[in-house]
Amino acid sequence: MYEDLARRCLDGEVRAVARFVSLLEDGDRRAYNAMSAFASTMGKAQILGITGPPGSGKSTLTDKLIGYFRGQEKKVAVIAVDPSSPFSGGAILGDRLRMQGHAVDPGVYIRSLASRGQLGGLSKATAFAVRVLEAAGYDIVIIETVGVGQSEIDIVKVADTVVLVSVPGLGDDIQVIKAGIMEIGDIFVVNKADRDGADRVVREIRAMLETQAALKRGKSPSAGPDTLALRSAELLHHGQTGAAPSSQIEQIEAEELPPVMKTVAETGEGVPELGARILSRFEGDRLSGALESRRLSSIKAQLKDIAAWQLLDLFADSGGDGRLDSLAEAVHSRSMDIYGAAKKLTATLVKGEQA
Amino acid sequence: MERKIRVIVAKPGLDGHDRGAKVIARALRDAGMEVIYTGLRQTPEQIVQAALQEDADVVALSILSGAHNHLFPRVVELLKEKGAEDILVFGGGVIPEDDIPFLKSKGIAEVFGPGTPTQTTVDFIKTHLKRS
Repeated sequence: MYEDLARRCLDGEVRAVARFVSLLEDGDRRAYNAMSAFASTMGKAQILGITGPPGSGKSTLTDKLIGYFRGQEKKVAVIAVDPSSPFSGGAILGDRLRMQGHAVDPGVYIRSLASRGQLGGLSKATAFAVRVLEAAGYDIVIIETVGVGQSEIDIVKVADTVVLVSVPGLGDDIQVIKAGIMEIGDIFVVNKADRDGADRVVREIRAMLETQAALKRGKSPSAGPDTLALRSAELLHHGQTGAAPSSQIEQIEAEELPPVMKTVAETGEGVPELGARILSRFEGDRLSGALESRRLSSIKAQLKDIAAWQLLDLFADSGGDGRLDSLAEAVHSRSMDIYGAAKKLTATLVKGEQA
Repeated sequence: MERKIRVIVAKPGLDGHDRGAKVIARALRDAGMEVIYTGLRQTPEQIVQAALQEDADVVALSILSGAHNHLFPRVVELLKEKGAEDILVFGGGVIPEDDIPFLKSKGIAEVFGPGTPTQTTVDFIKTHLKRS
């Protein structure tokens, strides 16, 4: 059954694809084993991540990007992740709502996934679902993450290109230089750009990117943090990188910085430019070899995650709860420390010993 | 991992009132189901494609415009065409008693009127799922 289902996925049969993804979500091990059928199609699609805070317009932007990519004759699949309730385990998956205009286009497949307890902005099955969709012949797989805060960055382990969506009014320039989410964008988008403050957000992001590039190039010792701050301030006042007076930091060529683009997803304004940029970025990465090295590090990151999950599965399989009980007792009665108990637990699991 | 029940909640037709559909969506969510909310003014074709792509077990339709006798059976018909008659379809909204036998004869498993306790709907889904 599983091999047959995998074959039908390779034929691009929608129901088979839908079913296969569900089996992956439910953690069906035979489905995971059957994924070896997709080895030959791995890496064929461009995997695009769209991430940003709740309500920033990710779904609407995705809807408009689907339209753009369809215009470029590409088949598009979307995986839209929304959070599961930590209480009931249920979920309301509402991203599709904004994309239903594409529901009847045979060149588009949209699938909503619930995060099912994962906290990194994706679900466990997401990376695997991507492999199924690319096996089914979709040229571009768009992954829309849950609405993220500051540190949900799993998308960077899965996507070839990450579009980070911001909106005006979320905070000052300190929010922009904080660690985490702002570090993973390949393309920055300020959506709802018809609202007040959009240009300011663009300038703040651009200043952050310039500072980051300068630091990366080892210019910080001569420039000093004060100069960098000054430079950021100049940017905030003057907007254009070229218009700012020369400072100690040499001009950073604009093309090596991730672009910061303005869109109004609701009306589609700025979307063709964004779509074109996404495609050219991918093409550039492919030619330069950056794509392959990025994919290699993605595989490394995913391997680590999967190994950790397998350990947890092993724990569940081996009646780990009984073992847990006795170790917890030992810690509680102070005959063992918790770190030592955890070490013992892991050692037992790896050896496959029973409690 | 346990298998999750996936439900499409959709509003076919042209009325713009989705309070009821949202209440049902919430109730099903709280019952541990994954609810894909497709929103207002959906054609039967859109609803059926969503059900197929989302691997739904259930399609829940809500309508208040009076076009149920046309739109509900059309959803069932299209699902059948796609070989997806194993998806449970039921409806709700403002639907006259007299229309219910007709709808049931067309493959709508049940029709829930205004005031139905949400638990009734949850229980109905759990006992009538057609897919294993």
